[in-house]
Formats: sequence, C-alpha cells, structure tokens
Amino acid sequence: MTYTFGLDTFGDRNGDADGKPLSHAQTIRNVVEEGVLAEQAGLDFFGIGEHHTEYFPMPAGDVVLAAIAARTERIHLGSAVTVLSSDDPVRVYQRYATLNAISSGRAEVILGRGSSVESFPLFGYDLADYEELFEEKATLFAELVRGGPVTWAGKTRAPLLHQDVVPHTESGPFPVWIGVGGNPQSVIRAARLGFSLALAIIGGPPARFAAYSELFQRALEKFGRPPLPVLVHSPGHVAPTDEQAKAEFWPRWRDIITLIAPERGFAIPTEESFDAETGPDGALYVGSPETVAQKIAANLRVLGASRFDLKYGMPGLTHEQLITNIELYGGRVIPRVRELLG
Amino acid sequence: MNEPARLAVLGAGHVGPVIARLAVKAGYPVAIATSGDPENLALITELMIPGAQPRWARDAVAGADIVVLAIPLHRFGQIDPRLLDGKLVVDAMNYWPATEGVLEAFSRGGSSEIVARRLAGSVVVKALNHIGYHELEARARPAGDPDRPAAGVAGDDPAAVAMIAGLADRIGYDPVRLESLRAGRALEPGGPVFGAVLPLGVFERAVRQDARSLA
Repeated sequence: MTYTFGLDTFGDRNGDADGKPLSHAQTIRNVVEEGVLAEQAGLDFFGIGEHHTEYFPMPAGDVVLAAIAARTERIHLGSAVTVLSSDDPVRVYQRYATLNAISSGRAEVILGRGSSVESFPLFGYDLADYEELFEEKATLFAELVRGGPVTWAGKTRAPLLHQDVVPHTESGPFPVWIGVGGNPQSVIRAARLGFSLALAIIGGPPARFAAYSELFQRALEKFGRPPLPVLVHSPGHVAPTDEQAKAEFWPRWRDIITLIAPERGFAIPTEESFDAETGPDGALYVGSPETVAQKIAANLRVLGASRFDLKYGMPGLTHEQLITNIELYGGRVIPRVRELLG
Repeated sequence: MNEPARLAVLGAGHVGPVIARLAVKAGYPVAIATSGDPENLALITELMIPGAQPRWARDAVAGADIVVLAIPLHRFGQIDPRLLDGKLVVDAMNYWPATEGVLEAFSRGGSSEIVARRLAGSVVVKALNHIGYHELEARARPAGDPDRPAAGVAGDDPAAVAMIAGLADRIGYDPVRLESLRAGRALEPGGPVFGAVLPLGVFERAVRQDARSLA
C-alpha cells in the first residue's frame, strides 16, 4: 500500500508566549506560513476545516488554500471539512475547481458536518434538516465533480437544466472524501456516491473504526465500484519529548473541550481521561516523534487506511510550537511510520 | 425471567448499532430497523452488529418485548404511536437544541414525558440516553468490576423500570433507578450526568441533588 500523510487545521487561534490570543488576522497569516512549511517538511496534504467561531476563525479556508497554492508546487490542498449542508454545492464546486486551477490539479474536498454546527443558524438553515440537506447536496456535488452539463432538481436549491458549471477541470474530477464520525449509514452513502472515506476519530479507541473501513469496501463492491482509499483524521501534537508535548497540549485541549462539552455531550476532560486518550488505545496523537509514529503505524494497519491526517494545533498554542510540530511530523514522524509499515 | 426479552432497536445511526451490539453480546435476541428497507441494513448488520436481524420497523416491533427508540428526536413525530401500543419503550433520544436544532414541541418539560404523552398506549422508560455513543461500548464493564459506571433508568412504572434496569445491568452498567420520568430530567442534556461516565456513588449523588428531578 502507498501511504500518504497530511496536516489539518481549523485555524485554531494562536496564543503568544504569555498566553495572550493573537488576532484572527495574524492567525490566518500564520496558517498560510504553516501550509507552505508543510510542503517543505515533505507533507502530501494540507487541509483546512471550516469553522465560524471566535477560537476557530476559519470560515473561508479555500481563500487561505489559494494563498498557499501560490507559494507551493507539490502539496495537495483541501477542505477538512467543508460543511456542505449549509453551503451551496455549486459554489463549493466552483471554489475548489478554481483552487484546482490555481494549484495545477492539487485540490481536494472533504465533505461533512465536522465538529461544527454554528454555520446552520449563521446561514439560516435548520439543524433538524441536516440529514436531508446533506443527502441532496452530496448527490448534486457528485454530479458536479464528474464534469459536463448538470441536470438536477431537489428541495434544497434551485434546479439545474443542462447547466454548464465553470471552471472546467483540466484532468477530470478532483478527489472527494466524505468525513464520517461514527454513523454507519454515512459510510454506505460515501460508497454509493463513489467518494472516498475520511474517518474522523477524535475520542475513544481507534480500533473500533476498523469495521467502518471494512463496511466501506464491502459497500463499494455491492455498488459495483472499484476500491477507494480510507483516511484517518485525528488530533495531536508533536514535540521533542512526550512530557513536553503533553504539557503544551493538555491545558489547551482541556480548555477547548470544556468550552464545547455542553453542546457536544463530551465529558469534561480530566488528567486521567487525557492520559487514556494519549495512550496506545486513545484517539490523541500527542508525544515525541517515536510515540506518535508508533501509534500512527499501528492504527493505519488496524484501520486499513492509506492516509493519516494529523489535526495539529489547539487554540492558544503558539505559532512557534506549531512550527516545531510540523517540522517534527514531516522530518521524524513520517519517515519512521514508513519504516514501521515497511 | 427465563427467556431473555426480545429487543427491537429503531434507528441505525450513531447510537442504535451500539445499543444493538451490546444487547446481542448480553444474550438478547435483537432486531434492528430504520424507516426504510431492511435490505439497506444488511451490510451494516452483518459487519457491525453480527447476530442482530435487520427487519422492517413494524415486523421488528411486532416481535419484540422491548423497543429502543434510537432515532433523532426530530424524526419522532414520523412514528405512528399505534405501532408501539402495548410495548415497553426505551426512550434513548435527547432534546439537544445545540446539535439538532430547536423543536417547538419539546421546548418545555422533560423530553421523555412528552414522548410518553404521545405514546399513550406504551410504557415509556428513559434510559441509555446520557452516555455518548462513542463511549457506551468502551466503558461497559461486568458486574463487580471496580471501573463499572452507572446508568440512569427512569420511569413511572416500577416493573418496567426494573426490567430496563436489568437490561442496563446485563450490558455493563450499574443501574440507578429514578422513580418517574419527571425525575429522569436529571439525565437530560445540561444535567449533571449527561456526557459524563460516573461510578455508582457519584452518579446517585449527582442525580438525587439535581433540581431538575425535584417534583
């Protein structure tokens, strides 16, 4: 199997050395630098997840990706994720087809709900309609990405009749993934639409997702489609030692999970739960390059996945800490994972 | 109870398959259904809930002693109450506006009390709603395990509560019985045990002291 490795960010608002938050604008400029550095560090993918909050000020990731595209040559650039339900599939296609043009064919899209629901009230959508919105819009998006005139009718946007949607891509459809967090019917949908599978594993034992990966490949067979890749997206932080990585990450993770716990139904983190999540059976990749490499290699094997995307950063971490993370991930973790996977 | 009760799980999203899998492991005969054709559940059942039977909803319910509602609450209105007449219904749903949106019908009072009023021909017990789907299976432990967590079981019918307490016990949780659906408000989003995985003593203290459960 050919393995590839990525980095994802939600535009986590940076802190300075004293813990004071940097401006949204400076955080966004730092993300551009981090994306450029990701290519220099040897990464295959850099993804930006759509969010609309004070601590994740990243509603227009495609604009930021375009800036990174202009300064890079090789790295693939994509959303992680695009909240398709509260967007217009035609617009999403157009923005990423434009990114694909700017980057000479390096655009990707991961569709999903992600961890955020704040875009629904912001754009006037009802969360209760989530399922219908996603199903219809993902189906239309599959048509758009295939290329050629589109004829479509549904309840969630205006119909299209032999509509030529521009810009056209130069070399066929760009890669599209569906992000799944634990609903098996979403896995079936990805297979039905012919999209690849992105497993978002943000808590608990990663091995329980092995069944989703198998379900995906079996469903592809059932729909008469060829095998498609599976990627794993999980949060983490790499520093020179386990102790340093945990000391930097823990207070930031604790604060953000505590903040969003009431609306997400998460338990309030404790040092105990943090130790469990950063241990071999947990979902967080926090530690030295060796610790993180061992965990990535083990889980790629168990999950039958060929790409690992580390969601780096947390609100309050400094740009300098993120740079160290990116350099260690590219320079030490990935070569070690490749060695472990043979 | 010599023969284990037969379970029907309605819903195959995040929560339904986890409850179904735990129940199969605990020795219950389990059927699972969505609003659609069981053929669409065949692969999911085979790979993720081996031992469970995918069925049409009406067939799953007809053959069950206990029906677990594990659908999004905004879909509850689409269920015909007559389908569930005479059944013991476990309400594992939540009214959780932050993730599912505002539902006018559930904006006042406990969600399970509102569910029970609509399911007038059923006995409703509130349970399995307050532990996250991503933790429900990983945290389950056999009786006597020092790390075994507690699970709340609330209802107005003591015999039904006892039966679902037995289910919670067999799938890996120390049941904490609450004497009414009203008292079960302590298990809802925003309450002291929602999303938290707590041992028996801590759990009991938290729900007993919670103002939501006081009549």
